[in-house]
Amino acid sequence: MKVLMLGWEFPPRIAGGLGVACYGLVKGLVHHGVSVTFVMPLRSGQEPPNSYRLLGANEIETPAEETPATTFWKQVRFYGVETYLGPYLEQLERPILTFLAVPETLPETTTSAPLRLFFTGKYGADLLDEVYRYAYAVSFLAQREEFDLIHAHDWLTYLAGIALKRLTGKPLVVHIHATEYDRSGENPNPIIRDIEAQGFAEADLVIAVSFYTRSIVIEKYGVPPEKVWAIHNAVLPKDRQPVERPPHKRKVVTFLGRVTYQKGPEYFVEAAARLAPKVPEAHFVVAGTGDKLRSIIHRVAELRLGSRFSFTGFLPPAEVERLFDLSDVYVMPSVSEPFGISALEALRAGVPVIISKQSGVAEVLRYALKVDFWDVERLADLIYGVLQYPAITQFFRKFAQEELSQLQWERSSARVLQAYQSVLT
Amino acid sequence: MRHICLYFQVHQPFRLRIYRFFDIGELHDYYHELNNRVLMQRIAKKCYLPMNALLKKLITRYTPERFSVAFSISGTALEQMQLYAPEALESFQDLYATGGVELLAETYAHGLASLKSETEFRRQVQLHAQTLQKLFSAQPKTFRNTELVFFDQLASWVADMGYTAILAEGASTLLGWRSPNFLYTAAAAPSLRILLRNYPLSDDIAFRFSDPTWPEYPLTAEKFAQWFRSLPKHELLINLFMDYETFGEHQWAETGIFSFFEAWVENMLQDKEVRYITPQTALAYHEPIGQLEAPKPLSWADSERDLTAWLGNDMQLDAFESLYALEPLLQNLSPEQHPDLHRDWLRLQTSDHFYYMCTKFFADGDVHKYFNPYDSPYEAYVTYMNVLADFRTRLQNAQND
Repeated sequence: MKVLMLGWEFPPRIAGGLGVACYGLVKGLVHHGVSVTFVMPLRSGQEPPNSYRLLGANEIETPAEETPATTFWKQVRFYGVETYLGPYLEQLERPILTFLAVPETLPETTTSAPLRLFFTGKYGADLLDEVYRYAYAVSFLAQREEFDLIHAHDWLTYLAGIALKRLTGKPLVVHIHATEYDRSGENPNPIIRDIEAQGFAEADLVIAVSFYTRSIVIEKYGVPPEKVWAIHNAVLPKDRQPVERPPHKRKVVTFLGRVTYQKGPEYFVEAAARLAPKVPEAHFVVAGTGDKLRSIIHRVAELRLGSRFSFTGFLPPAEVERLFDLSDVYVMPSVSEPFGISALEALRAGVPVIISKQSGVAEVLRYALKVDFWDVERLADLIYGVLQYPAITQFFRKFAQEELSQLQWERSSARVLQAYQSVLT
Repeated sequence: MRHICLYFQVHQPFRLRIYRFFDIGELHDYYHELNNRVLMQRIAKKCYLPMNALLKKLITRYTPERFSVAFSISGTALEQMQLYAPEALESFQDLYATGGVELLAETYAHGLASLKSETEFRRQVQLHAQTLQKLFSAQPKTFRNTELVFFDQLASWVADMGYTAILAEGASTLLGWRSPNFLYTAAAAPSLRILLRNYPLSDDIAFRFSDPTWPEYPLTAEKFAQWFRSLPKHELLINLFMDYETFGEHQWAETGIFSFFEAWVENMLQDKEVRYITPQTALAYHEPIGQLEAPKPLSWADSERDLTAWLGNDMQLDAFESLYALEPLLQNLSPEQHPDLHRDWLRLQTSDHFYYMCTKFFADGDVHKYFNPYDSPYEAYVTYMNVLADFRTRLQNAQND
């Protein structure tokens, strides 16, 4: 079976769980004999050679002459409004409002020579623009690539998936790692929400990363339940031994993720404020960046806790592993977390985790401490317990490792394969 | 006889390197060696050396009796000159040897200790005086606090330490309706004389000189001299205080700042009744005309003349309080046995670190950005707190040794 897979991130070019999940899934599918071509905005060139094929949208030649794809795009209208892309903005300094110059989004189809489009592969201020360009470029694979099925990850690639399905008639599976409601709460960006809804509607099947997310897809987007499968993410087996920790008196409490509404960083800070006076050796790390970083730093300063906090900014994968090696407990207080793959990565590194009940990963982990994201008193209690009573850490380490061994990508991708088969027959 | 008192501030901080969470407990070198070296060498070349040469020329031509100036050189700036630009230090020593220079006392690290710890404040003033003795054989008699921070309690400490004069900002909050162009005494310490900065005339050179949007632009030597001549006849002591980097750095040589300065001095000195004097000379010639009170600290910074540029927001206050919470840990550690810890303790107190965390992006933003190594005040705060976390651990470990 040949799958054309569309995604925004792939290691080493990753910003969060999306790229990690795509990598695990592709490896799992290859294990089951599926042939995968993965199309991302651009390749970093650092990817290890492997049994799947990676393609950058920036490598796809868009033709000068009239083709079925160019005809298709003439019938498509794009949005062009001031839009809020807050949760995606990577940099502290980025403006929050951006005007999308949509008329320039796509090249004139009357260009005299074939063209390759430009991509950053990042979540910059021109994200929507890049999403449109990606869909345009990828649509030309309709005639050039051979595949049985299209598999698109998150809204960023749904337009491309829809175009390919319209042009080839091949089945479309869309994968949802995070909905706009997870990212933005009850005030979704209407453009992104519409793209998601359109993807769900045109897809033959929707894969959600948890039952939690499946219910959002059904309730918020009105997708028929029989069309939505929940298939949990997994974690790749550990390829390294944790580094022996230097004997520090310091106890490190870690938050890792985009510093956005969705991830609940403010609950982490409020819990820290309750804990800090009771555990003088506790040090709190906020690893990641996002549109809430400044207000979080302000709050920490206001609480006079700056000397107890470290803000690392975005960390590449190797440094995430280093951070886990130094961490005594990992806290994921997400307001809405479709899955939360980093909790599995923390466990894999032997770090006990405290996760919010509003997360997909809570469905598959029995041996994790769970808390309502808003219950900062309880969260502080749990962190205190993990830091003060080593027996808890021992207990969770032992049983969580067993649990992790069940959460393999081979298993998850076998289910994905079943999903493929259900739409192909 | 009209007197103009010029005082120049020479200061450079030890800027921090990018110090990350992973460095805490691993790496105890906090300073951006390259950045600090390159900046000190650049400033030496563009400002210290050419301006020292110009001042020396003027002192020699007119004799110290008619043309003298005052400097305050922070301990950290002296350290950096020794490390990165010894020729600049020699040039200052050479200038001092002309007899036309008064060196002022300040806190060694150009810090804000006076606002938090009397003990640390006194210790640093003493340390700075020892350094001046060592490098210049100078015994300062006049004191100036970082950024001209002044308040009643400070005046009594300074008088108690044997200083006879202090510099302050000629702000209306301190003076009310009164003119800065006289000598005053401190209400809290009547023996202590106060010299007040004439900020309109000082800032004409320091900030507005090369600003093309200023109605008086371009400022010529004749015009500036005329402004002095048109001051009320009985106002006889005009104090111009500014950063020394004004000459050649804040105002580049291309703006004509050097030739302007020289021409203005020559223009003024054509009048035999005019002299450029230092604070101690001013004390000999002028009688104080009143007492000044400052129950709350004021400074020379920004339009508010208060402390909000350093201690205005929560990040700055948190950093400042966290820093001085470490002071008791230092008291058990002797400088002889722990020279590194004492060096870092001083360098981390430098006021610039707090200045970089300032979030006031109004009219004064330009000044705040100057030499600022950070993209945002948030980065400055995060970096500083990481360094402080490591420093605290080292202090704690040293207690147990």
